[in-house]
Amino acid sequence: MIEMLSYPFMQRAIIVGLLVSLSASLLGVSLVLRRFSMIGDGLSHVGFGALSIASVLSLSPMAVTIPVVVAAAILLLRLSERSKVSSESMIALISSSSLAIGVMAISYIKGTNTDINNFLFGSLLAVGKSDAVFSIILSSLVLLAYVLLYPRLFSITFDPSFSRASGIKVERYTLMLAILSALTIVLGMRMLGSLLISALIIFPPLSSMRVFKTYRQVTLSSAIISIVSFLAGITLSYQAGTPVGASIVSINLIVFIIFSIIRIILKRN
Amino acid sequence: MSYLIKGEHIDLGYEGMAIVRDISFRIDEGDYLCILGENGAGKSTLVKAILSLHQPLRGQIEFSSLIRKNEIGYLAQQSSAQKSFPCSVEEVVLSGRVNSLSSRFFYSKEDRRIAMGNLDRLGIGDLAKKSFSSLSGGQMQRVLLARALTACKKLLLLDEPVTGLDPHTTSGFYSLIEDLNREGLTIIMVTHDIHPALNYADHIMYLGRGYFYGTKDDFFQDETGLRFLKEAGHND
Repeated sequence: MIEMLSYPFMQRAIIVGLLVSLSASLLGVSLVLRRFSMIGDGLSHVGFGALSIASVLSLSPMAVTIPVVVAAAILLLRLSERSKVSSESMIALISSSSLAIGVMAISYIKGTNTDINNFLFGSLLAVGKSDAVFSIILSSLVLLAYVLLYPRLFSITFDPSFSRASGIKVERYTLMLAILSALTIVLGMRMLGSLLISALIIFPPLSSMRVFKTYRQVTLSSAIISIVSFLAGITLSYQAGTPVGASIVSINLIVFIIFSIIRIILKRN
Repeated sequence: MSYLIKGEHIDLGYEGMAIVRDISFRIDEGDYLCILGENGAGKSTLVKAILSLHQPLRGQIEFSSLIRKNEIGYLAQQSSAQKSFPCSVEEVVLSGRVNSLSSRFFYSKEDRRIAMGNLDRLGIGDLAKKSFSSLSGGQMQRVLLARALTACKKLLLLDEPVTGLDPHTTSGFYSLIEDLNREGLTIIMVTHDIHPALNYADHIMYLGRGYFYGTKDDFFQDETGLRFLKEAGHND
């Protein structure tokens, strides 16, 4: 455990991972409750496509993925605000297309599968110094926005049309949530893997909602679950040599199962 | 007398198709207006237009200097609130104060006091800590009314508020609205129920086959009003 902390790349990975997990879980509360969690999933796939193209063209990964994923967030949001059935299919279509384009680009031009594996499942070594700085800035932004806008975000999440009638620019806040989610996904993606990053958005709020019944409790519990799962997951990954993204998601699954059991016990009594 | 909200020659509709044509009205402070009419006649659309959630095809709804848009409390016909949302009654009612936050970030003690006061007034103060999703339909409706009251300073807009309430709760609800009106609150209520129109309202708007806007007494002299009464089963 102590040894794990002595490596600079591990220190960076822990800082970035903790902040990304925390941001993702808070954004997740709003996204899940507004039934936008598919957007998180879609964005991570688009992120994979963009990352692959950046790698093939030897461009800076951040410079390519950030604009592409933010644009995708705006597009997916527009889609999901329209009729529900077709938008879900559209998101699935965009997800798999991005995945396909990414895999095609890497395997045809580079002819190797190492990058694909890293991009899909994540790598601790992928976290550079600029990532660390950037994720500290972004996560502070997410946390600050979340805390300061908490009453408004609650109102918008609970009842969008009442909020609109109260003069809140609901669309603007939703767009802000989508863009912050896009940035969080981009930051966490290379470390935790694009296939698994969306679990960080969905798992903590869902687990919390098994047990807790007020919005404040669900929010706090999601934040705590995300931190605990990340720390447990990265330790597991380091000790057992398992991929870090998969380890964290597995811990999240265990938390979900435990919370589901607690729910059953609470209901009995 | 000075008006709160005024509309002249307004058309309402969707995608260029008018469902309500050429209506004019003027709502004064302290009025109790019932909006009557058949399904699909555009009653809810008018409510949305008053809330600035819907842009009229023609004309504009004017607000006088006596009222600001954030002084309106609104209880929707079918709330977009999710029934299984994890939140307490207290959190829901307090969110009614979101229109008073303006440049503040958090709710003040005063906001909390107002929210709790409205819960007590509706006789559901004991539900404050309960989870919203565990409530019955009637209790949920009362919590959402408490939120509307918390949001409201001048005008209360109710869109079919008694849907799903039992007769006892309904009459309690109406007498509460009447009390609020006596205290000076302006009420606009969309309803299918003839009783509030007969008993409590002072103004009637009828949308549908024909258009009427005026005092209740005039309405029941008018042929639109007489026909409406007849269809509602009040022949006397």
